[in-house]
Formats: sequence, structure tokens, C-alpha cells
Amino acid sequence: MAAPRITRRGLFAAGAVTAAAGTLAATTPPAAAQTPSGADVVPFHGVHQAGIATDPQAHAVFVAFDLKRGTGKEPITRLMRLLTDDARRLTQGRGALADTEPELAVSPARLTVTFGFGPGLFKAAGVEPPVRKLPEFETDKLQDRWSGGDLLVQICADDPLTVAHALRMVVKDTRAFATVRWTQRGFRRSAHVQSPGTTQRNLMGQLDGTVNATDLDRAVWLHQGPMRGGTTLVLRRIRMELETWDKVDRTGREFTIGRRLSDGAPLTGQKEHDEPDFGKLNHLGFPVIDEYAHIRRARVDDPGLRMLRRSYNYDEGLAKDGTSDSGLLFAAYQADVDRQFVPVQRRLAEGDLLNEWVTTIGSAVFAIPPGCGPDGWIGETLLA
Amino acid sequence: MNIRTTLLATAAAVLLAGCGAATPAAEPAPAASASASAEAAPAQPLTITDPWVKAAEDGMTAAFGTLVNHTDSPITVVGATSPLSSKIELHEVVESGDKTVMQQKQGGFVVPARGSHELAPGGDHIMLMDVQEEVKPGAEIPFTLIVEGGPDLEFTAVGKDFAGAEEDYHADMEH
Repeated sequence: MAAPRITRRGLFAAGAVTAAAGTLAATTPPAAAQTPSGADVVPFHGVHQAGIATDPQAHAVFVAFDLKRGTGKEPITRLMRLLTDDARRLTQGRGALADTEPELAVSPARLTVTFGFGPGLFKAAGVEPPVRKLPEFETDKLQDRWSGGDLLVQICADDPLTVAHALRMVVKDTRAFATVRWTQRGFRRSAHVQSPGTTQRNLMGQLDGTVNATDLDRAVWLHQGPMRGGTTLVLRRIRMELETWDKVDRTGREFTIGRRLSDGAPLTGQKEHDEPDFGKLNHLGFPVIDEYAHIRRARVDDPGLRMLRRSYNYDEGLAKDGTSDSGLLFAAYQADVDRQFVPVQRRLAEGDLLNEWVTTIGSAVFAIPPGCGPDGWIGETLLA
Repeated sequence: MNIRTTLLATAAAVLLAGCGAATPAAEPAPAASASASAEAAPAQPLTITDPWVKAAEDGMTAAFGTLVNHTDSPITVVGATSPLSSKIELHEVVESGDKTVMQQKQGGFVVPARGSHELAPGGDHIMLMDVQEEVKPGAEIPFTLIVEGGPDLEFTAVGKDFAGAEEDYHADMEH
């Protein structure tokens, strides 16, 4: 169903020839901007599930399901075989089995479909859960409608129509087994707007994700037992109070975070990735980076304990007076929730200047099973 | 049969056209086949790609997939069996006046030499007339297609929730 993949390089070359031959070469937009990337494919099979180490795509939907009462290991296995088959086909640009709109599958645009199991799924299957509900944090104002869930499906692609179609197939194959608990949609910069690896900005205008896990073998992937090759996901819906944030001037905003807004450099440095100097004092003898600045409170010195953050912005409907419903779908992958996510969140809850303008209103934790091979299915090491 | 059925059948025909065009590209990918039998292509004269069966609690349902003939002669499928249903027929959907009707396909399904024959909602399909046991989504249902001159083709079809293919049901069984 997929057209033969046209390489970006090939198109670039073709574009260059056209530009050279034409008289309007000077006004021809950069070839990269015109390169159709719909055929770009992320491999589905592997030791790890795709959609974690994958350079974040522009669009995401996270959907959580609650298993119907009495749905045990055997039906869960049937469900995961169906969903794995859907993901295997859709991510490679082919319609799912019994797909009523297979034409919507032909441009995968780096589609990934990633599955996570909540504590409730393990309980239903009679399997010891590798994850448990997070402890309570004082600053949380959690709402049921954004929290929990037995099964997570994370669908990401550089094209929103592709995401919508994949979600539709997943939901159609899941509803015999489970009901939808919540759906959370998010976005980042569109594909090719920035170079890959550029830190994204959140809706408060800050660079978000500067200090990220890079040693994934230590920080993210599990190495033992049935979860070998897997990881865990903490998904938090963090509402931003943009109306009151508007009242804060740039100095206040930079003081809150400890970084410059323009380039994300720490207030003690010159460039985004400069190490912050937490000991540096100003002329009054106070720390340049405040004791309660966000980057000091969120700091993790050991790179092997850093979370892999792969967050998406959300921006939903407006109230009549224009008040926004905006925030961040904070998605953090880590080998060990208790050693990596929880201590950081405790420190933030105890004191972070940013808390004045952000509130966590949703929270869920999932085990992300390892990837699978061409004959396998996601979850087989845990449920088979 | 009613207008809705006609519309469904028309939509299915469009879908068929789309899939048919893409079949040659889709086949070489090993992951395309849902069953082990389809992957054993070289040894068998006839294989089926992407077999599936519409989930159903009881009564009637239908199975679909793409029959692929690996020989230089046409192959005719004349019947089908499955432990799921004591009575199975090979059906086609045809226009009759202003309606589409489902009927037994005379002479069975003929798969052209080195070609394929699509079984899809709104078109030719394997009709299970009397399902004895619920076809659950994700279930693996064994089938045997009876091939004129043999050998028969055995395969496993996966149960899929599917809203269409309603023309396969009597009006009084719609839900």
C-alpha cells in the first residue's frame, strides 16, 4: 500500500536540479522545507518499543483504557495481539487488518504506537506488577478524568491525520475489552521547523527539557527479567496558569526557572548547555540561581538517574473570557520510578518557585513492556 | 436489503479497488501475513494473505482475506470448512435491480494464474451460516479451503470487531 519510499536526499537532489535550471533559484525555498516526509518510517520491531528513544514527533495522543470487569489474562493477550498487529502495519504505512480507511495509513510520518500497562492490568492478569501508583504530592490537584488507567496507548507522528487514524483503529480493536478512561492530545514544533535535537519550548515560553537523559541504557531501559528492554512511564498533566504568569516580568520569569528565556542558558552561564553554577553569589551575597529556582530543585547530578523527558504541550478550549486551558503533558521515562521520578517530584513539591504557576491535575504510571519481533506481540514476556 | 446496504456495498467496492491496486506492493513484506500458512508461500500453490473473520456471538458471520495463486494455472476454491460452523458457503455480493444481494457463488472462487482474488466485505467472502461458538476479537479460528484438484488450504483467521459486512445478516438479526 505504501509507495516506494522516496529518500529525503533524493528529493533534495531533485529539488536542487530544478532550482539550478530555473531562473527563480534565488527565491526557491530551501529544498528541505518542501521535502514530503510522510513516507518516513520508524521501525516497529526491536528490543525496545519505538516512541521512547525516537526523536519526538510533532503530534501525540495518549489514550488510557480501563479493562472491562472480568477481563483477565486470556482476553488481554488477544487484545495485545490485535493491537500489536495494528501498530506493526500502521507504523510501516499499511492499513490495519480490516481497516475501513486504509488510504489514511499510507503516510506514516514517523508514526509510533507505544503500549504501557498500568497496575490494574497486571492485577487483572494475575501478574506481579512492576509499577505501582505514585505517592501523593502536596502540590497535586489530581482529577480522576486525567489520572490512572489500565492500558496506555501512546500514538505519535509528524502528521495529525495519521495520528487520528491510528487512534481510531486502536479504539475499534480495544472496545470489546475496555472502555476509554481519558484521551490527552499534545503537540510540539512541527516537523522540520527546527533541527532535530533542538530543545522545545513550552507554552510559558521556556526551553523545556534541556537536561535530559542521554545514557538510556542506565537511565531508561530495564535489564532484568520479563521487563528487560522495557521501561516505565510517568505521565503528568501539568496545567499552566498563563493568566497570572502574564503578570510576571522577564526578570521574574528567569529568576523562577534559573535560566534565561532567550536561549535557556543558566543565569550563571552563556549557553543553554552550560553547567549551572549553583554556588555563584550576586553582589548582595545571594545565590544567582535562587535556592528555590526550578532548575536547582529539579537538578539530578547523576546522569544515570535522569529521566528521559518527552513532553508535549497541550492547549485546549478557551473560556468565554479567554482564559486558556494550557499546559504540558509531562512524559518521563525511567528505569526506576521510585529512584528517578519520585525524589525530584518530592523536591519540587516541597519548594519550587514555579509551583505558583503550574499545577499537576493528572497523573498516571505505566510499565512499558519491551519491544517484540516480527512474530511477537507487545506484552508477551509479561503475559505469556 | 435496503439503501444502507447498497451504500455499504458501494463503499466496499471502492475499498476493494484501492486494496487491489496495492496488493503487489504489500505482499513481499513478511509481516504482512497474519498466519504462518501464508508465510510458507513457496511450498504451496495457493495461500491466503491477511485472513480475518468478523467477530460474532452466534448466527452468521463471514471470513475475508486475499487468495494468492503461485502457479501458472487458475485455481478454484469450491468450499470451506471450520470447526466454528457446520455450514459454510462461498458467497458473492451482486447487484439485483436497485439492490445488492448476497448469494452462493456458482463455481466457487477462481484465483487466476499468478494472480490474486480478494475476499472482502461487500464482495466475495466465506460465509459461516451457523456459528456454534462465539468468535471473539483476537481469537484464532482454523479454516480449510477445499481446492478443486487439491491440495486443500489450511489457515488461521483472526477475529476482528467490524461494524460493516451487515449485508451478511438477515434483517431481523441486525443489532
